[in-house]
Amino acid sequence: MRQVTAKPKALTNAPFHYCPGCTHGIIHRLLAETLDEFGLTENAIGIASVGCSVFAYDYFNCDMQQAAHGRAPAVATGIKRVRPQNFVFTYQGDGDLGSIGIGETIHAANRGENITIIFVNNAVYGMTGGQMAPTTLLGQKSSTTPTGRSIGEHGYPLPVSELLQALPGAAYVARTTVTSPSQIRITKRALAQAFQAQIQGRGLGLVEILSTCPVNWHMDPVEALTFINEEMVAQFPLGVFKDFDEEVARDGK
Amino acid sequence: MTTNAAKLMKGNEAIAEAAIRAGCQAYFGYPITPQNEIPDYMAKWLPKAGGVFLQAESELAAINMVYGAAGAGSRVMTSSSSPGISLMQEGLSYIACAELPCVVINMVRSGPGLGGILPAQSDYFQAVKGGGHGDYKLLVLAPATVQEAVDITYASFQLAEKYRNPVMILGDGLLGQMMESVTLPKVESPPSPPDWATTGRQKGKPRIINSLYIEGDVMEKRNQHIFAKYAHMAEDEVRFEKYHTDGARLLVAAYGSTARIAKTAIDRARAEGIPVGLFRPISLYPFPNDALRKAAAEARVVLTLEMSMGQMVDDVRLSLEGRVPVVFYGRTGGVVPTPKEILKELHRVWENRA
Ligand SMILES: Cc1ncc(C[n+]2csc(CCOP(=O)(O)OP(=O)(O)O)c2C)c(N)n1
Ligand code: SF4
Repeated sequence: MRQVTAKPKALTNAPFHYCPGCTHGIIHRLLAETLDEFGLTENAIGIASVGCSVFAYDYFNCDMQQAAHGRAPAVATGIKRVRPQNFVFTYQGDGDLGSIGIGETIHAANRGENITIIFVNNAVYGMTGGQMAPTTLLGQKSSTTPTGRSIGEHGYPLPVSELLQALPGAAYVARTTVTSPSQIRITKRALAQAFQAQIQGRGLGLVEILSTCPVNWHMDPVEALTFINEEMVAQFPLGVFKDFDEEVARDGK
Repeated sequence: MTTNAAKLMKGNEAIAEAAIRAGCQAYFGYPITPQNEIPDYMAKWLPKAGGVFLQAESELAAINMVYGAAGAGSRVMTSSSSPGISLMQEGLSYIACAELPCVVINMVRSGPGLGGILPAQSDYFQAVKGGGHGDYKLLVLAPATVQEAVDITYASFQLAEKYRNPVMILGDGLLGQMMESVTLPKVESPPSPPDWATTGRQKGKPRIINSLYIEGDVMEKRNQHIFAKYAHMAEDEVRFEKYHTDGARLLVAAYGSTARIAKTAIDRARAEGIPVGLFRPISLYPFPNDALRKAAAEARVVLTLEMSMGQMVDDVRLSLEGRVPVVFYGRTGGVVPTPKEILKELHRVWENRA
């Protein structure tokens, strides 16, 4: 028998604690595969943020630091500046990156820090029980928007990738999802290109991945995938927003 | 490169130079008066010494850059003043729990709020009681002269590494702006990153820098472990100066710039026949409890002088455990007491002693 797949070396044997149907797990795997494929698992320094993925430091089989809520890009900056020879990545949720840490995110991108950000957008605060996130959709119910998010009260869903696209220091910005095998392959390619941005010293690479939170969306896993494909993608269009390597951007389309 | 000749230097610049000579590899900070000469000096000279200088977008970011660099095994520091140090409290709490070494210079200015840019000592509590959330302390050292600031800065990196805990150097605008003659220490090279640092695991096990302990008993053990280090500090790192304390019947307790001003007043008071001495804590945490008790053994009264509404005076009272009456005199808001007004206060306290 031929082995066609195996657990990536960049993942430890610790079992994930994620809820059934949560796509944090798929994203972990894709990131781990990419680390392995680039031969970076032994060199990488990862930063876990505050959110459901806080225990990422137990799951990735590389050196890890756990950062305060929103501060991962600053922590990554500190590491990368003193150890430019290491591959440095952060793994952050939308509350972490888009709300409390939006300042650190924008400035790290604007400085063109050679770091890679994996940004998991699930439109809610997962860990604290489904409160409104900056990315919560208009009309979407959350525990702190019980009648749905409204423009008048809460403003608009925050388009992080579109914002960062404007910054010259951001070398690669893409939004993807993991709701189907083909989307998973696209996400993997995006991760590879975000890695390349850092490896080639081009600046900050960020992949925003639309992800499920079935528990706090009060949906079953299949409904959650459909919610992404039908509702989230309408608000947060998928695609490559910026690519330091213009040719790759053209060929990729 | 080693120069032992005395040089005239501003406090802030002397501190920056001492840090570079101590092998500081990285500086992250955000501008704020009265310490701007530190980042300015670092921006110019640290890269020339092979180090990293980066102006952060805020003190929040700066202290988290310090966290990252320290976790990656780099000798790292930041500097700020009161409002900026307030913003760093979250990061300091994480750094203390994750057991990372770093040096923080705090050139205290008046507060609360935006306060003013004049010298003050009103952040004593914040410095010595932890400052951020949770059970932790900083090792806090308070120099009174530029030379002492140089020596303390130079030693502080190794102290931070010895205890894997942040060291705070607590100064004030006077110390930072004052020009004095200093002898600079020799240039030291930083050690290679320790085993626990995240430098890429290579063939080894992953290293994790973390402050999350979800189980109560594990978090409790962590706190006990951290406090065992503080008990060691209390044994080995207590620093203080005694000035005419033998036989002193009136003992002044003061630190930093205030202690320096008090000395002038004490000299005059002694010439006028008041048996007064000065006890100057240099390590504010760990506080020199035993030494203060001994110095106050023959005192009828202890006068604590501060540029605040009264903060260290609480620790003085705790040390003396009611053995001697403790009174307080302070100026605040950026007002620096003059030797003349302190002399007046010495007379008043001495004449009203029990
Ligand atoms: C300073 C601070 N504020 C608030 C919290 C509480 N908190 C923990 S996780 C979280 C939200 C995380 O949401 P997100 O980043 O979207 O990640 P998710 O859990 O959805 O994966 C909050 C607010 C905290 N830990 N620290
Ligand atoms: S709460 Fe939501 S984001 Fe968190 S693990 Fe569960 S499904 Fe995933």
